[in-house]
Amino acid sequence: MDFVTGLRCRECARTYPAAALHVCDYCFGPLEVAYDYEALRASVTRAEIESGPQTIWRYASLLPVSDPHPIDLGAGCTPLVRADRLAAELGLGELWIKNDTANPTGSFKDRVVSVALTKARQLGFKVAACASTGNLANAVAAHAARAGMVSVVFIPRDLEVAKIVTTAVYGGHVVAVEGTYDDVNRLCAELTSEHPTWAFVNVNVRTYYAEGSKTLAFEVAEQLGWQAPDHVIVPVASGSQLTKVAKGFTELHAVGLLDEEPHVRVSGAQAAGCSPVATAFAEGTDAIRPVKPHTVAKSLAIGNPADGWYALQTVRSSGGAFESVTDEEILDGIRLLARTEGIFAETAGGVTIATLAKLAAQGVVRRDERVVAYVTGHGLKTVEALVSSVGPSVTIAPTMEAFHRAVDIDVDVIGGAR
Amino acid sequence: MSVSVRVPAQLRTLTGGEAHVAVEGATVGAVLKALDVAHPGFADRIFDTDGTLRRFVNVFLADEDVRFLDGLDTPVADGQTLSIVPAVAGG
Repeated sequence: MDFVTGLRCRECARTYPAAALHVCDYCFGPLEVAYDYEALRASVTRAEIESGPQTIWRYASLLPVSDPHPIDLGAGCTPLVRADRLAAELGLGELWIKNDTANPTGSFKDRVVSVALTKARQLGFKVAACASTGNLANAVAAHAARAGMVSVVFIPRDLEVAKIVTTAVYGGHVVAVEGTYDDVNRLCAELTSEHPTWAFVNVNVRTYYAEGSKTLAFEVAEQLGWQAPDHVIVPVASGSQLTKVAKGFTELHAVGLLDEEPHVRVSGAQAAGCSPVATAFAEGTDAIRPVKPHTVAKSLAIGNPADGWYALQTVRSSGGAFESVTDEEILDGIRLLARTEGIFAETAGGVTIATLAKLAAQGVVRRDERVVAYVTGHGLKTVEALVSSVGPSVTIAPTMEAFHRAVDIDVDVIGGAR
Repeated sequence: MSVSVRVPAQLRTLTGGEAHVAVEGATVGAVLKALDVAHPGFADRIFDTDGTLRRFVNVFLADEDVRFLDGLDTPVADGQTLSIVPAVAGG
């Protein structure tokens, strides 16, 4: 069974049944899943979760759909890695990386899609669709293939080659649109009205989809021994992930899984070439002006973020901050994480790490805090961004002479290669 | 100017189920006001009490967000299409 009581508008509190609805018919505010927290508190236990599968479905009670056989490729339960070498470089103390590159299709989107399509199938949908900057396209195409659903994914035409190939390989329909992600998103929002029998995971079933991101908080808390961190750094595109990470920690306490009330500072990371929410934060305004994105971090290139306003409120009320970083800083961030911790992130991960570095230098992220940085997509998806700056140290003929002439690696046995 | 307005599913109860409605107006704001006259209830749903568009309503003229143009003051040309689209989507 699930503990869902229905859907509720975040703006005007009107209630709706748990159907394929994403906005309030009256005020167009976003609908959110409402749960019976009292019943959850009486039912859910750490022991039950700990004996569950090594996937997001160990938290099924706290998700908006109950199904003995969810549409599942094994999303979730990704490593939480203590990052001492990176912490030392940044002057931080206890730093952890939530390595969500380790998901089945290489990004956190497997979490939200597994939830969304399981619910969509339960609601009777046979077509899985989405508007995507790439990672979501991968996850929808793969999960739909596994479930035997038809997939129709819409992407901007100029996406990274890897993200197009890793979507198309699953055999669904891939529609490349001549425009930005915001154009694709507008098209899909309009198509939803004309194709009500299609489940657009981030439009008409977005209410359920978004809830999948709570598992990013659930897992971190469980991996830290059922404790919340002091500060999290989350990349921001639509802003949904950030708000749901914050909600995840709050919810764990509400249902009695955390002993202490969490006070997690939530900070948001954006690329300078697409920073509508960071700009509103810096200007101290509530008005998020849409922008035309121009950044190497294409997975974060949403100029008109649906949950930007909520992400802004979440960051402000938690005592966190927003920062934005340039393309050069993003690529430096990717290399810094790879060099210090052996984790290869896509450009969005570079945004997270570069923002972490910036906030650490500003003293916003502090040495006395337990910090978790969310790295949510794999570097192999965006290798194009690095081909001009990363490559062989040297190219030689296959002879000893050539090697000795060209290569002089000074290895300190204790400290490793320098 | 006659403009075709694309109506999202959420508002089609106001148009008797019609997805496209033709109305007259010289600006985006005038078109939306004319829409409310032709199909009472629109203004209440898409405008805040101060007359600005609600936070979660996006309006596109010929597929361009009017916030990149002159907002409600954007002039419209005969035969253009205006879309009302819920903002909560994507990401």
